[in-house]
Amino acid sequence: MSAAIAQRPESEPGYNFAYLDEGTKRMIRRAILKAIAVPGYQVPFASREMPMPYGWGTGGVQVTAAILGRSDVLKVIDQGADDTTNAVSIRRFFAKTSGVATTTRTAEATVIQTRHRIPETPLTEGQTLVYQVPIPEPLRFLEPRETETRQLHALAEYGAMHVKLYEDISRHGHIATTYAYPVEVAGRYVMDPSPTPKFDNPKMDDCPALQLFGAGRERRIYAVPPYTRVRSLDFEDHPFRVQAFTQPCALCGARGHYLDEVVTDDSGGRMFICSDTDICETRVAEAAR
Amino acid sequence: MLAPGFADPVHDAQGTFRAVMDALARPGRVRPLVADLAPPAPLTPELAAVALTLTDADTPVWLDPALAAAPEVAAYLRFHTGAPLTEDPAEAAFALVREPARCPPLARFAPGTPAYPDTATTLVLALDALTEGEGLHLSGPGIRGTARIAPAPLPDGFVAQLSENRAGFPLGVDLILTAPRHVAGLPRSTTVTEA
Amino acid sequence: MYVAVKGGEAAIDNAHRLLAEARRGDQAVPELSVAQIREQMALLVDRVMTEGSLYDPDLAALALKQARGDVVEAVFLVRAYRTTLPRFGASAPVDTGAMAVERRISATFKDLPGGQVLGPTFDYTHRLVDFALAADTVSEPAAEAEPRADAGTCPRVTDLLAQDGLIEPSPRDDGTPVGDLTREPVDYPADRALRLQALARGDEGFVLGLAYSTQRGYGRTHPFVGEIRVGTVAVEFVPEELGFAVPLGRVRLTECQMVNQFKGSGAAPPQFTRGYGLSFGQSERKAMAMALVDRALRAEELGEPVASPAQDQEFVLAHCDSLQATGFVEHLKLPHYVDFQAELELVRRLRAEFERKSDAVEMQEAAE
Repeated sequence: MSAAIAQRPESEPGYNFAYLDEGTKRMIRRAILKAIAVPGYQVPFASREMPMPYGWGTGGVQVTAAILGRSDVLKVIDQGADDTTNAVSIRRFFAKTSGVATTTRTAEATVIQTRHRIPETPLTEGQTLVYQVPIPEPLRFLEPRETETRQLHALAEYGAMHVKLYEDISRHGHIATTYAYPVEVAGRYVMDPSPTPKFDNPKMDDCPALQLFGAGRERRIYAVPPYTRVRSLDFEDHPFRVQAFTQPCALCGARGHYLDEVVTDDSGGRMFICSDTDICETRVAEAAR
Repeated sequence: MLAPGFADPVHDAQGTFRAVMDALARPGRVRPLVADLAPPAPLTPELAAVALTLTDADTPVWLDPALAAAPEVAAYLRFHTGAPLTEDPAEAAFALVREPARCPPLARFAPGTPAYPDTATTLVLALDALTEGEGLHLSGPGIRGTARIAPAPLPDGFVAQLSENRAGFPLGVDLILTAPRHVAGLPRSTTVTEA
Repeated sequence: MYVAVKGGEAAIDNAHRLLAEARRGDQAVPELSVAQIREQMALLVDRVMTEGSLYDPDLAALALKQARGDVVEAVFLVRAYRTTLPRFGASAPVDTGAMAVERRISATFKDLPGGQVLGPTFDYTHRLVDFALAADTVSEPAAEAEPRADAGTCPRVTDLLAQDGLIEPSPRDDGTPVGDLTREPVDYPADRALRLQALARGDEGFVLGLAYSTQRGYGRTHPFVGEIRVGTVAVEFVPEELGFAVPLGRVRLTECQMVNQFKGSGAAPPQFTRGYGLSFGQSERKAMAMALVDRALRAEELGEPVASPAQDQEFVLAHCDSLQATGFVEHLKLPHYVDFQAELELVRRLRAEFERKSDAVEMQEAAE
């Protein structure tokens, strides 16, 4: 194990390992297995009140708590970064309640909990990526009623979604959805990839890692098994395209990474840097050697 | 005297779950399953480990005739899991099958509903052997290209039943295949052919 | 050279220390005790218990202290604590007919068995700030009311109406297990028991607003307060191994039975219908609002058109929980850099395209 992995001796006394009681874990574990068996289908689960607010990752936290074991190495990112406040808070929560080792290095992690990004470092077979999901229902903004959307999924009736995307094209000349861009999983269910920028959508396709999605407030769990076809919805005359940045990262010089725009002064100064802090730091360190 | 459950309920259940999760996520891969249990015969340690990990008062469990014939098995499962036992396979959340060669047709178990396909039965089979790289051809989610697995023994016409199960997707049952110290998965999303 | 923002860990630690300091306030002012909050902020404690779904006045008072008086935050603390408690089962239904009544009023009958018992109420007080309270004064003891012959027997008003068949019968307990929305996700349509659970846990302000909307024409229910009663009831539990009820203690409850007009349908004669509200402690506003919304949510069952927000169970149940609402609204404080970056790029592109188009139009006009 490298120095980047922080090892803690024991978990918090007075709480069960990884906070959740065993009955809750069992219920979540059953939901996860069904989610894997029906890729892209949202399994209802009895989400519990967690000691952090709804909307701040309670779904992802419950999924992570249900799968986590003593030998896991956990990485938590928010916006691609390990040091954003919410990522720090969730990483501390698990370090405290489970005592598992934590890391900021993508390659060293066995479980990665994420909000809004997929790491740039390609994921591997030994890894599970856990997404925090605010609104799991891709059809929600077309149809607010759960009773309706459930039927639409049952019938695989996704015409409204295509119409919505096509309306974008007729109005703007291209699809104007830039994040939470809907995907079709294994040729059946249309799924919300969580609010990741569509830049990350191609990483979900045929990914060697298992991808699990937890929505606490909306009480849904869904999954994309490894090596599963994940297709971003598009049209023959308007194929899916990801964002491209014209400049490289100002810190590590990488091209082809998703970049954050940083305002450097009040006279229009801007710079662009990697949103994935791990890969950026690794490249900077390598260049310094 | 009732046989004990997991020595370390938290971590043994977690280890079993991860093996099962991995198995269902990667059909065709045979995973090690450490089941340090000595349940009453004919319940196998692997069936017992899966039952102790995943079942409770919220999950009706169906036992195949071989297991149902042994009252100690029902007593063991009731005590350690609290799960209600059912005689109707279509009501079962989990079905434990000790004699896979005599497993009832898969169509007799719950396939879930179009609105809630997650309400389908999970069958847990106790096989004699699970061999990777030979036998049945698998493809689908979780599999890079194709994979092969040879579970034994299987009932006659099992491959035809599996393909019927696949044809009903997203409805259908999911299978957890166990053999001594091993586990593999056959979710309903997997396409299974003989050659 | 630009250095990326760092120090999330240190910033969080600092924020926690600042919070502890702000919670305590001026050190020269004596610290509040949990008992003081429990006794003197009792209605606030009751609200936290109701929305927190946990009857524990000391815990609710402690949560309020820790939350600096923020109700939703205190409810959050109580709920998160509740999750970690082992669950033994459901109590036997409490009998509010056998309540030791502290307050009981009916707006439908001038007098009735057991009488009108005003009890401690803000009703009929003039809302004048009492500056005497700013000084530490001892309040006068309450006057004792004349005891009534029928005191101690307080039949429910709805039971009196039911004797004449004027009100729909109370639903019979047919042994169907009652669902628990904390243990199973709500599956729409939700039955009345689940709806009542959601309303009881729901944010008082939200439920109140919905109830008010029914009075202003968004799903009228023609309500009368059949009865509001506040007092303590016994809680009993039947352990599986004993098979008989064991008393666990008493809880203070507020119950509101709304009586609503119903013109009848092809299948049912005209009669009054019911709306029901129940809360921990003395929470009359909450119990009344809950009863109004409960009745509004029965629109479909009673063959009334479902056209207003208070009648729409998906709308009400999905949005009444203050923790879900506050969590999702406040999560907008979390960083959204990467999504915003994606939108920024799109808006820049759309603007560039827009300018190109208008340039082209201008050039064409110039050429014509």
